[in-house]
Amino acid sequence: MYSEKVMEAFANPKNVGEIENPDGVGRVGNASCGDIMEIQLRIENDIITDAKFRTFGCAAAIATSSTATEMVKGMTVDEALKLTNAKVVECLGGLPAQKIHCSVLAEEAIKKAIEDYKSKKAR
Amino acid sequence: MEKRNIYMDHAATTPLDKRVLDKMIPYMTEIYGNANSQHFFGRDAVKGVDEARDTIAKIINAKPNEIYFTSGGTEADNWALRGIAHAYKDSKKHIIISPIEHAAMLSTAKDLAKEGFEIEYMKVDSEGFIDLEHLKTQVRDDTLLVACMLANNEVGTIEPIKEMAEIAHSKKAFAFTDAVQACGVLKTDVKELGVDLMSMSSHKIYGPKGVGALYVRNGIKISNLIFGGHQERTKRGGTTNVAGVIGFAEAFRIAESEREQNYKYVAGLRDRFIEKVEKSVPYIKLNGPRGEKRLPANADFSFEYIEGESILFSLDLAGIAVSSGSACSSGSLEPSHVLLALGLKEELAHGSIRFSFGKHNTIEEIDYAVEVLKNGVERLRAMSPLFKIEGENKYV
Repeated sequence: MYSEKVMEAFANPKNVGEIENPDGVGRVGNASCGDIMEIQLRIENDIITDAKFRTFGCAAAIATSSTATEMVKGMTVDEALKLTNAKVVECLGGLPAQKIHCSVLAEEAIKKAIEDYKSKKAR
Repeated sequence: MEKRNIYMDHAATTPLDKRVLDKMIPYMTEIYGNANSQHFFGRDAVKGVDEARDTIAKIINAKPNEIYFTSGGTEADNWALRGIAHAYKDSKKHIIISPIEHAAMLSTAKDLAKEGFEIEYMKVDSEGFIDLEHLKTQVRDDTLLVACMLANNEVGTIEPIKEMAEIAHSKKAFAFTDAVQACGVLKTDVKELGVDLMSMSSHKIYGPKGVGALYVRNGIKISNLIFGGHQERTKRGGTTNVAGVIGFAEAFRIAESEREQNYKYVAGLRDRFIEKVEKSVPYIKLNGPRGEKRLPANADFSFEYIEGESILFSLDLAGIAVSSGSACSSGSLEPSHVLLALGLKEELAHGSIRFSFGKHNTIEEIDYAVEVLKNGVERLRAMSPLFKIEGENKYV
């Protein structure tokens, strides 16, 4: 059911952990649904220089967290806001239909982290 | 490291016993007649089917004409519930079932509710035992059927079916038990259990897939689920799966003759596993009862702060095959209905894994599985945002 890329990202996920004093944090999902994703970003001059995640969820949730954080590193915040879940799925070589929501969570977590960064910056 | 190949999902299915295969092969190659044919090819086939029926009847202490072969446990469950409901619909419409039945029962019950049957669910306690005192208040004069599995497929609880049947009979209701996980593992004497109908399956006891049986006590009416020819005394149409039926009976015969030694061996593996896991992995919960009231093969744990499927794939990467909840529900994202019925919080129900051992597992495999599980759980918890928030003070 899972592609080799998903299993590889699950077995050896990148960017697990936290950033000290992150510039943006996005936490989405809830435990009763079986998925919580938290993405933390380091943003310098509107460029994402580092991204980390912590995820409670299935293998697909962990794999999409890893891939999405890899993808946004080096992007400007505007570019990262345009990252769609479909791109994350494509990068993972596809996801089973019932796991697409994991990629949606990853997209939402990144958007939320950037919103957090923007609201902090506006203050 | 060499990739391991360890199977710990015997409640899902089992490998075919070589002795069973040897018995089946002639019925696919030489004795290939349709058991319904009148010529000698057919007569040879039907002789094998009759012997298989006798074997199974003897094991469960029934008469051969009380055994109906089916395509498996799911069909037997569907048929028992729907067949009784339809046969007696003009007199009684109240059906009581446990909330931790297999989906084959729960889905059929839901469908019967749409037809106007009144479905009531038993209460179960935190270990999965049905509440007999409450059941006494549920049965009524218009109760048609009381149904509960003999042993639960997910948490391994062995239910008080004899007592349940007595309560059912006190109101002249029929008693049904799904013995798919129990037959060949526990004693399944229908007279001792006092049940009127019982479903069985072959592939959980080292027999072939795609074959099972329903016991229906003589004198009970049951409507057809499958209409067709004259097979199974016109009660179940479809060409008899001759080799399958032969294999099922042989598997059941072997399981019964080796039942006590297998029970002892597999329960020993289970107890070693449970003890070691509880010692080495913190923040876990064993679901279901302990000791003799638990299926010998079953160890079902919930792990706090992490999700079950990710544990399943952690074990998979290390060459260990297990199940997250019930394999039948793996296509769904809903947490296990069994664990929720036992009162588990949703997040804990999401984080559950079922190990089910078999006669070919070794102590070395058990110890390896404990190590892999311990490391896998640690890795996933280190990734979990819940663990940091809720666990940092508790977990060192």
